[in-house]
Amino acid sequence: MSPISGVSIPDIALVAAALFLVLAVAMFYRAIRGPTTQDRVLAVNVLGTNTVVVLALLSVGLDEPSLLDVALIYALLNFLMALAISKFTVERGGVL
Amino acid sequence: MIEGIRLAGIVAFIAFGLFFTFVSTLGVIRLPDVFSRAHTASQADTLGAGFALAGVALALGWGATTFKTVLLLVFIFITNPTAAHAIARAADEKGIEPWTVDDEQTDVDLYRASNASVVADGGSSDESDDASEGGEQE
Repeated sequence: MSPISGVSIPDIALVAAALFLVLAVAMFYRAIRGPTTQDRVLAVNVLGTNTVVVLALLSVGLDEPSLLDVALIYALLNFLMALAISKFTVERGGVL
Repeated sequence: MIEGIRLAGIVAFIAFGLFFTFVSTLGVIRLPDVFSRAHTASQADTLGAGFALAGVALALGWGATTFKTVLLLVFIFITNPTAAHAIARAADEKGIEPWTVDDEQTDVDLYRASNASVVADGGSSDESDDASEGGEQE
């Protein structure tokens, strides 16, 4: 039951996942060539958010609902990584 | 009819998410400073991920998986600006000076300033911007 001219929802999700992946790979530029440590942490944080979105889109595109659990855990670990690195790169950092 | 509206909604949500994520990526790559990069990463990227996850939630229909997606959306809406704030505050406590229009600090200058253990003489080159033209000649 493809509504409009053979375009189905999993196809849209897969194409969108590919485009999000291109944007995530472009973020590697700042992660590699960031002048400061905080630039790299920020780039990896944004990259992790993009990865979460890609995983959620892949769970629609490949029809695997278990990928949403992976995305949930990835979001948790991503937040924890950003907080931990930004706390431990500063001496006695009271960040947050 | 309903199916067509749902498909249009999914396409619109994912397209908005792609647009805002593209803006965020462009900002993180092109902006001159860690603070401005943290600003664009906290706002545009949160909105992009929120739109894309809303499209995913609309595509999944009713069920436990949609609940997980909405949970993910709320979690990202809370934690992504918090993480960007923590990173920006860590950069501030590290002693990185914000980029302004007056002093022409480039990426190279910020890199040199970040490598120095104590940023003590950061302001000496800045205040000589206006006076150096006439001051050195005399």
